[in-house]
Amino acid sequence: MCTICGCGTSVIAEHANSEQHGGTAHDHDHPHRRAHHDHDHAHNHPHPHKHDDHHHERADGPIDFGKGRAGMHVAGMSQERTISVERDILSKNDAFAATNRSRLQNAGVFALNLVSSPGSGKTSLLVRAITDLKEKWPIAVIEGDQQTSRDADRIRATGAPAVQINTGKRCHLDAHMVGHALDHLSLRSGSLLFVENVGNLVCPAAFDLGEAHKVVVLSVTEGEDKPLKYPDMFAAADLMLLNKSDLLPHLDFDVSACLAAAERANPRIRSLTVSARTGEGLAAFYSWIEERASVVPDSAS
Amino acid sequence: MHEVSLVESVVALVEDERRKQGFSRVRTIRLKVGTLGHAEPEALRFCFDAVTSGTIADGARLEIETVPGAGWCSRCHQTVPLEERFASCPLCGNVHVRMTAGDELRVAEMEVE
Repeated sequence: MCTICGCGTSVIAEHANSEQHGGTAHDHDHPHRRAHHDHDHAHNHPHPHKHDDHHHERADGPIDFGKGRAGMHVAGMSQERTISVERDILSKNDAFAATNRSRLQNAGVFALNLVSSPGSGKTSLLVRAITDLKEKWPIAVIEGDQQTSRDADRIRATGAPAVQINTGKRCHLDAHMVGHALDHLSLRSGSLLFVENVGNLVCPAAFDLGEAHKVVVLSVTEGEDKPLKYPDMFAAADLMLLNKSDLLPHLDFDVSACLAAAERANPRIRSLTVSARTGEGLAAFYSWIEERASVVPDSAS
Repeated sequence: MHEVSLVESVVALVEDERRKQGFSRVRTIRLKVGTLGHAEPEALRFCFDAVTSGTIADGARLEIETVPGAGWCSRCHQTVPLEERFASCPLCGNVHVRMTAGDELRVAEMEVE
């Protein structure tokens, strides 16, 4: 199994029946977990890895006694040595994210990564936003869920193309998965791309996908202290959408306390109170998008 | 629990280093993990053996050096300890403290043979 993208457990489904993708070649080189080449991809597409970049040293390769620090072998003495690495653990993901980011910028695509706990209303918000904005921008969506293509089905019902990534046991999207998904979308210059991450207020904060901005969605049924309990996510986001504002009359939710908590976790965060159900506050969200999307280079011009 | 993915990333880095530096066995992997970051040392330890099983890092010992949080207080003009990512300065109460340490997540070094 490829452990970077989870090929074999994760499924990228282009179609409503979540059939596994076939036919589209993607070209990448990523490290495989085992020295021997035993990954069993569940999908059956051509897979032109740059095999020269793969390590194929086998456990049955030559035993080289000259490779130790001493450069020679003395019976009874170990060649153990300490090597300095000093590399960020997420450097591999960050490299894939940088590739995605330049690919999106070169294509003139403005990408947002929507993160939240499950049930905050991300998909409903997207369905509403696509309906309101589709005359103005071409819009595409990458959906991340552990299982099912239900969210992608809801998006496709609006007419927008959507790719579903099923992450299997994984609790977040990573940049490599998103790179695969981009292969399945033909994005026109000037498009908006929404990436709906797996519902999880912890793990997706750590993984840059190559988006222009992370947008954290918090619903008023969740409690105003969430930004203090899960500061990493709010620190990573540039915008907080406080959703389900139509329910406020029925709740004790303190909006100003919530906004203060978000600003404490991230002094630069912008916050908008919205309702995907009634449309309240969404015009401000669309303006926020428009201001930022307009600076993405238009590759067609 | 994204620590599984993080340990898989560690294994990928170890594989990279093996290609560059040539070794056949990893005895110890030393990580630096900031106390204000998103990775939990206990969770990393919990999944380390399972994730590294059958890889180049199989059987390696995991050592984690935790890096305490610190920040630069613009009012005190000095580095102060930080208990939380968004904590105020413990000396003067200033809320504008720029975090300078505590979100590390690095493979520092390895003992190999």
